[in-house]
Amino acid sequence: MSEHIKVSGLKVTAPTGDNDEVTIVDDVAFAIPRGEVLALIGESGSGKTTIALSLMGYARGGCRISSGSIRVGDTEVLSLDRSGLRDLRGRRVSYVAQSAAASFNPSKTIMAQVTEAVLIHGVASRKEAEIRAVELFRALSLPEPESIGSRYPHQVSGGQLQRLMAAMALITEPELVIFDEPTTALDVTTQIDVLLAFKRVIRERGITAVYVSHDLAVVAQMADHILVLNQGKVRELGKTAQVLKQPEDSYTQTLISAITPCRRDTGNEATTEQPLLEIRNLVAGYGRSDKNGMPAMPILKDVNLTILRGRTLGVIGESGSGKSTLARVVAGLLPAARGEVLLDGEPLPGTLAGRSKDQFRRIQIVFQNADTALNPSHSVAQVLGRPLTFYHGLKGNERERRIGAMLDLVKLPATVAGRRCGELSGGQKQRINLARALAADPELILCDEVTSALDTVVGAAILDLLVELRRELGVSYMFISHDISTVRSLCDDILVLYAGRGVEAGSRDTFQQPPFHPYTELLIDSVPELEQGWLERSRRPVAPVPLVDGVRDLELCPFLDRCPVRIAGTCDQLAPPRVVLSDGSEILCHHSEAELLLPPRDYAMAAQR
Amino acid sequence: MNLFRTLRLSGSIGLILVIFWLAVALAGPALAPHPLGEIVDYDVFLPMSSTYPMGTDYLGRDVLSRILYGARFTITIGAAAAIFAGILGTALGIFAAVSSRMVDETLSRFMDALSAIPGKILALVMIAALGSSVALLIMIIGVSYTPGCYRIARSLAVNLNQMDFVQVARARGEGRFYLARVEIFPNMIHPMLTDVGLRFVWAVLLLSSLSFIGLGMQPPDADLGSLVRENISGLAEGAPAVLMPAVAIALLTIGVNLLIDSLRGQAKTATGEV
Amino acid sequence: MKSVLFLILRRIGTVLLTLFLVSMVVFSLSSLLPGDAAQQLLGQSATPEAVAALREVLGLDKPGHLRYLDWLRGLIVGDPGISLANDLPVAQLVAERLPRSLLLAGIAALVSVPLALTLGIASAMYGGTRVDRFLNTLTLTMVAIPEFLVATTLVLVFAVKLNWVSALSYAPPGASFGQFIAAYALPVLTLFFVLVAQMARMSRAAVLDQLSQPYVEMAVLKGASLPRVVLRHALPNAIGPIANAVALSLSYLLGGVIIVEVIFNYPGIASLMVDSVANRDMPLLQTCAMIFCAAYLLLVLIADICAIVSNPKLRT
Repeated sequence: MSEHIKVSGLKVTAPTGDNDEVTIVDDVAFAIPRGEVLALIGESGSGKTTIALSLMGYARGGCRISSGSIRVGDTEVLSLDRSGLRDLRGRRVSYVAQSAAASFNPSKTIMAQVTEAVLIHGVASRKEAEIRAVELFRALSLPEPESIGSRYPHQVSGGQLQRLMAAMALITEPELVIFDEPTTALDVTTQIDVLLAFKRVIRERGITAVYVSHDLAVVAQMADHILVLNQGKVRELGKTAQVLKQPEDSYTQTLISAITPCRRDTGNEATTEQPLLEIRNLVAGYGRSDKNGMPAMPILKDVNLTILRGRTLGVIGESGSGKSTLARVVAGLLPAARGEVLLDGEPLPGTLAGRSKDQFRRIQIVFQNADTALNPSHSVAQVLGRPLTFYHGLKGNERERRIGAMLDLVKLPATVAGRRCGELSGGQKQRINLARALAADPELILCDEVTSALDTVVGAAILDLLVELRRELGVSYMFISHDISTVRSLCDDILVLYAGRGVEAGSRDTFQQPPFHPYTELLIDSVPELEQGWLERSRRPVAPVPLVDGVRDLELCPFLDRCPVRIAGTCDQLAPPRVVLSDGSEILCHHSEAELLLPPRDYAMAAQR
Repeated sequence: MNLFRTLRLSGSIGLILVIFWLAVALAGPALAPHPLGEIVDYDVFLPMSSTYPMGTDYLGRDVLSRILYGARFTITIGAAAAIFAGILGTALGIFAAVSSRMVDETLSRFMDALSAIPGKILALVMIAALGSSVALLIMIIGVSYTPGCYRIARSLAVNLNQMDFVQVARARGEGRFYLARVEIFPNMIHPMLTDVGLRFVWAVLLLSSLSFIGLGMQPPDADLGSLVRENISGLAEGAPAVLMPAVAIALLTIGVNLLIDSLRGQAKTATGEV
Repeated sequence: MKSVLFLILRRIGTVLLTLFLVSMVVFSLSSLLPGDAAQQLLGQSATPEAVAALREVLGLDKPGHLRYLDWLRGLIVGDPGISLANDLPVAQLVAERLPRSLLLAGIAALVSVPLALTLGIASAMYGGTRVDRFLNTLTLTMVAIPEFLVATTLVLVFAVKLNWVSALSYAPPGASFGQFIAAYALPVLTLFFVLVAQMARMSRAAVLDQLSQPYVEMAVLKGASLPRVVLRHALPNAIGPIANAVALSLSYLLGGVIIVEVIFNYPGIASLMVDSVANRDMPLLQTCAMIFCAAYLLLVLIADICAIVSNPKLRT
């Protein structure tokens, strides 16, 4: 057999508080032929990273590889001594970590770090190492490959750092490369560039790799084989096509069905067309305001939106687009610098101090991270009881009864009430988080990335719960997310934010097919699909868009820098108009509807006219 | 005891020492073989013997009895000062964190200025101005350590104040006092207790130093530091009267230090950090 | 480069502002004196006329803020007034004593810093091992021991029992090297004892903090050896925190010299200050206190500058 990597009976244990050990990876076995990619897939706590690291004979924080065999080529990794391991790591097996920003040493130049492994292992001279590095930078489509190495890590973007880390791993031409969730921390539109770059070097150099991920769609693009893990045990191992098309294991089937896009019935037919929340020309940000009321660091620039009573508005954007700031402004946590926020037609005071208790009650906010959204020193009953007492003056038995009812509403047993928040699982916490908002009896719930921190299956259950609650209680949601497929599956209306401006707004049907704003198009095209070969077929222009020089005017199109179809002389000179398309959606763009319907390459040509 | 089993050896030693000194602070004078101030022998600076387990001092008093009485002053004043600093620092720290920026800036600047005066120097200036009765010593040592407590409490409170659960409470319409009392304070209790423990060690060392240079406890009262001072002339004879009170202080402070360090290590492993 | 200079200038500005606030605190605290200095100096039996006359001479009849401004101006131009206890200019007393204290503290720092940093870094490098745990317990114990126990023990052993050195320590000008060593050995050793423990602990924490960063794991996974990981990767990032640790530990010296100067009868500025407290000699006390505070702030400032200069995010 040409099995290059062979793992069998792998068991890893972690220490517990009282001098005991708990098994976190149990009896894992797999093999990888030379030049192929194996994906380790699973949710948090599945042991995928632990297994990947053990291929380098490494275990984190007190964990221990207690038994099994790991062969890389002819070497038994687990029998190596310390110096043997040093020779293996970085030379024969190398590692690409999840967070490039944290995994680069902030005080050394990129070149020094990329070439370090070569020098440690004496593979080549420093000069030759630098030549190799530049070649790799070029192969990974990094900008300015000749000079990027002389920068410090904080001077390049996240997507670039991730590719630089791949260069760092590949420079010694190792036999095995471990990619540990290398694109999880990136925005989707950046992720696709990184995936394309990785895919190309893997194919061109015939690299044997282990690709760790929680995202089946990403794995479908990168891997030849998939190993499905759950709680440290192998659930399924097979060829990528087989695992995706005919999953045998029940857990794999749940995973796949949780990420298959589904259109949730929103039940909005019965609702009125009466606006619950209206936002007009909103400007908000941090720092001192100038005399025009423009804050020193504007985050939201001229945002308009309407949420109808009983409907759900999805707000989508990448990190830094201002979507969380929007929720903070509506909740009153951040005063608007300019513009109006109307609740039921009445202006909502910008500061907390100006709002009445009833206004507070009608709008509730649910944060992304349930771990930090619940006070660790409070019990569930305290968390849920406070809004009941605060808004509705409930006490004693009445309060107890309502707490029970709230728990029932979010499908948690009444016994949870006595537990401390820290003792609950992630999904349970998020349910409590939601129940706390419901306890106020609100009309609008601001959901800020409520499923992003959860595993796919748990997150899908929370989404179903949101839909059901809306049907039962008639609340409206502002659903903030970075994930367009979630938003499309759940929301009646969608607003796309880019750099603090709304670039497209419309009903969810208008987001099913073109025409789109160029950014929306990029966003939709960048979401990996659960299908092999999608990456190769993606309509994405390979060449990076050249940067625009000169001073930027706030009035200009915010997407100008990255737009593949910008019109020289127009987009960089004039403020884009708001255009209503024939399907009813509104976009901020210079292009006509007809141009937006052309395939990208064609209308890029049209733009050159 | 369960606590013993989970502590490391050094932590267990610390725990034993702390329990011992607590007992001395509570029952010391009752256990003392001789009443306070009684001259038991005309021979001064006697070495250790079965009659006088720690010898006699410069007036011929029983050193063991003097230590048992003195330890009570040292421990009480040290603990009172540390608690004073802990309460004042925590209260001001939370207040600064939930107050407006201007209040926070002003208070923090002032505390920065106070903490730029090394503890001993601040204490000396206050002693010169106010004197050094027991109540004043507690106040003076407490004030010297308040800026340090304030700094820790404020940074904890500011971090907590940014947490989502406080933001949720704020968006619910809760007032500042509620935020401080119910959302923020309960999460600060543990770290602040640890901090007060460490400051107790420093308070004891500061008090002993002040008494040692003659500016702390004033005769006829004597804490452990004063005992070292009054017997320093016996050093040339190698009398235990000089060393024993100093060793007593060291055993007290080392005990507390070892225990707290071990407990902190426990807290870390309990939260999964390494 | 411009931004670094700006940051440093801003730090210096903050330090000057703090020093100004400190002067207000010191002045107002030391003016809390119940009764007043004139009465104090002349005793209870003095006639009211005599007290009033002295008050005028001392400027005590002016309102507080004017007295503060006078004092502050005097401090800045180097004329902080006349000592109440012995009628000598404060400046002269300080000028005589300060260099001696600086010499003592300087020697102690010079001996302690290299050893402390070595211990701290080594301890972090072998974090969690038996060596580390032993060093941790040892330093934890050492920082809890009062200086006078160290000093008295040293005197007992080296001066009384072994008779190697004198218990008093002051080498007169022109003393031979041997005399110098003999005179300074015990005070320096006393300061060294607690200083080393404190500094080793703090620098260990600073390095350990870096060692828990993901970039360190990355270096390990590149096959870097332990010394390489610590010295080439962690240490450059720990310069700021270590400088801070050194500064804070050295500021301990400010308190430590007080005990050491008293116990060894060393005529430095700390013992001058202790005397001024006993005599309630406020002009002298205020000046000494300001010198200690300025020294502390200078140390912190130097550490901050080290942190700014060593950080590439600020440097480039």
